[in-house]
Amino acid sequence: MLDQSQVERLEAEAVNSAKTRQPLYAARKKVFPKRASGRFRQFKWLVMAITLGIYYLTPWLRWDRGSFAPDQAVLIDLANRRFYFFFIEIWPQEFYYVAGLLMMAGVGLFLITSTVGRAWCGYTCPQTVWVDLFLVVERAIEGDRNARMKLDAAPWSARKLFLRVSKHAIWLIIAMATGGAWIFYFADAPKLLGQVVTGTAAPIAYLTIAVLTGTTYVFGGLMREQVCTYMCPWPRIQAAMLDENSLTVTYNDWRGEPRSRHAKKASAAGQSVGDCVDCNACVAVCPMGIDIRDGQQLECITCALCIDACDSVMDKLGRERGLISYATLADYNANMAMATAGGTGPINPALVRTQSGSFVDGLAHFHLGKIFRLRTYIYLGVWSAIGLVLVYSLLTRERLELNVLHDRNPQFVTLSDGSIRNGYTVKLLNMIPEPRTIEVTLQGLDGGEMSVVGLDQPASRSFSIPVEPDRLKMLKIFVRQPADQIKEPVQSFEFRIVDKASSESAEYTASFNAPEKER
Amino acid sequence: MSSEHVDEISGVTTTGHEWDGIKELNNPLPRWWVITFYITIAWALAYTIAYPAWPMLSSATRGVLGFSSRNDVKNEMAAAEAAKAKYVAAIQSKTVSEIAADDTLREFAVAAGGAAFKVNCVQCHGSGAQGSIGFPNLNDDDWLWGGKAEQVQQTITHGIRFAADPDTRQSEMPAFADVLKPEQIAQVSAFVASLSGPVQDQSLIEPGAKVFADNCAACHGENAKGNRDLGAPNLTDAIWLHGSGEAAIASQVRAPKNGVMPAWIGRLGETTVKELAVYVHSLGGGE
Repeated sequence: MLDQSQVERLEAEAVNSAKTRQPLYAARKKVFPKRASGRFRQFKWLVMAITLGIYYLTPWLRWDRGSFAPDQAVLIDLANRRFYFFFIEIWPQEFYYVAGLLMMAGVGLFLITSTVGRAWCGYTCPQTVWVDLFLVVERAIEGDRNARMKLDAAPWSARKLFLRVSKHAIWLIIAMATGGAWIFYFADAPKLLGQVVTGTAAPIAYLTIAVLTGTTYVFGGLMREQVCTYMCPWPRIQAAMLDENSLTVTYNDWRGEPRSRHAKKASAAGQSVGDCVDCNACVAVCPMGIDIRDGQQLECITCALCIDACDSVMDKLGRERGLISYATLADYNANMAMATAGGTGPINPALVRTQSGSFVDGLAHFHLGKIFRLRTYIYLGVWSAIGLVLVYSLLTRERLELNVLHDRNPQFVTLSDGSIRNGYTVKLLNMIPEPRTIEVTLQGLDGGEMSVVGLDQPASRSFSIPVEPDRLKMLKIFVRQPADQIKEPVQSFEFRIVDKASSESAEYTASFNAPEKER
Repeated sequence: MSSEHVDEISGVTTTGHEWDGIKELNNPLPRWWVITFYITIAWALAYTIAYPAWPMLSSATRGVLGFSSRNDVKNEMAAAEAAKAKYVAAIQSKTVSEIAADDTLREFAVAAGGAAFKVNCVQCHGSGAQGSIGFPNLNDDDWLWGGKAEQVQQTITHGIRFAADPDTRQSEMPAFADVLKPEQIAQVSAFVASLSGPVQDQSLIEPGAKVFADNCAACHGENAKGNRDLGAPNLTDAIWLHGSGEAAIASQVRAPKNGVMPAWIGRLGETTVKELAVYVHSLGGGE
């Protein structure tokens, strides 16, 4: 028997041991982003104006399609199952164009992310754009960062109540306008606006406005950065999309560290000092409330406002811009190796500077050539290939189609003179917004003749059928063949349709059934 | 156990409940959860007042909103009837020929008649109206009593050889087993079969023609083309209600089967009968 002291003790600890246990729930720390100004902020204003403009104004653009189709440039007509996009009209069976566009959007996102990082997140994502818009309202009413923090900490007063009520009221108005703009994509915008205002629009219109008002208000006003951090899958996917040659917002600690509030004192004491003065301007402007100096992190949406904030500080200090900059991981690593003497010591900014204080020549800088690498060529190739296929298919697609359904019960009918009759449901698709006269002709089937139910004309091998603009015309056609012409129990023949005016045509190979001969 | 007890490790008060030394911490529920919980209770109470809920002795409380699923069905049925009313009114006021000539009305009548056909007619005429031995195929162009829409309507309304309806289509082929000798029956059968196809024994045809003229021509006509007033079939065409060939013909001559179709007007009403007539007429054989 072993003594208990002889039992080997294993070095093991529970993953959730009480000592190190962290709660899974993290209370939100309020973020009060400071107003930034600079190149990227201006670019973001521009992108915001363009994206919001596209969203709010598109349904109001008109496009003349003649008198048989709506004149709204972009319209998703669910009731009539048509999608209009300027000169393109799509029927439900052509939905693959939308699928193709979604594939292009996906590959395009890969392309953008592999080159300039999460530009989608930082500039054009609706969440980013609307949060930006809501922050504009918040700043206009409550003031910039410090005023807002003070107001938030202050006890409730008439002034605070007034400011808060006004802010939320304006947010709600914007949210309602956002939800309201959405519905105009699905019906004639001017008419629907009248109906919405007078309370005569369909209940689904009001429901849609209500739901989108709610989501816009909650996501853009209340949840903000939490949507990106907790709800959105893209921050997780980006890890797979970025590589060492993708641009990301980077804190260049090879020139910034060691950071110091008292640089002069420190350098007088002979310590090495970096460019970072630890002013926290980059943290204060961040809409996600993070510190970019901690390195790449999934919370960073790469909006580049910290670059603006840091650049303005560097300008004031008379140092080079770009302490925080768009840089690739490869460049960063190269410069880092230089600043740490190949990783052998702590960061020493003196190693990347000459005696006169300017940067040494060997520093890695981003240049446009790095965008063009095998990976981005492949993305670009796939993206263009899908686009070309879509364009080709769009230019050559049929606007006149023919569908035929053979009656199966009964498969054939013997008539009194012994001839055999088959029934077909024939659908003529006139896919342009113009009325057309379609000639339906029987090809093959010796001696066969057809008659159209409801058309008061003698049996023939050819009929002219008027088809309404942008509509499907369903015909019940009976084809009959004299007994002595029937060669086999199943014969093939063609229905052919031609639009004489445009000479567009379509064919369908159908079969004609007859009883098996007993002899 | 009323004294306040604070758990040493977590610093949270306990509920005072203890089982084998295990104590329950008194962590309060999140406020949003509690509020939601109270809202659901209030909702449930309001619901039982607004909607039928509480069981009483013979029924249940009716609820102040007056909701009833039977009423819902009734309203939906009424709405469906109202949606059809325009077409039904037009069908009632027009003749079947007029209905068949109007694209919209014909489409409606064919759909409605097709539905009624699947419930009431397929048992005899088959799901594709293709019929079978003894039950006519309604797709073809051979009509015992006439293939115009009005004639079809008449047949559906009053039936055929349907004793309960005085206006029914009436006729009866007599049994010739006792009237004709067996060889005469063979002769006349061969003659009739020869009108639409080859027969084995050509020598029977000529005496058969004489038997036919003496016994059958009164109803089927001298040229055997039939007589729709009597429902007497055309014997020269390719369509045979009771089977083709000499044997089947002979059997029908000896002891004829006289099919019966009920009158449908009492059960279906005039509108549905009209819709059925238009449907049958649209199957391809209508005249």
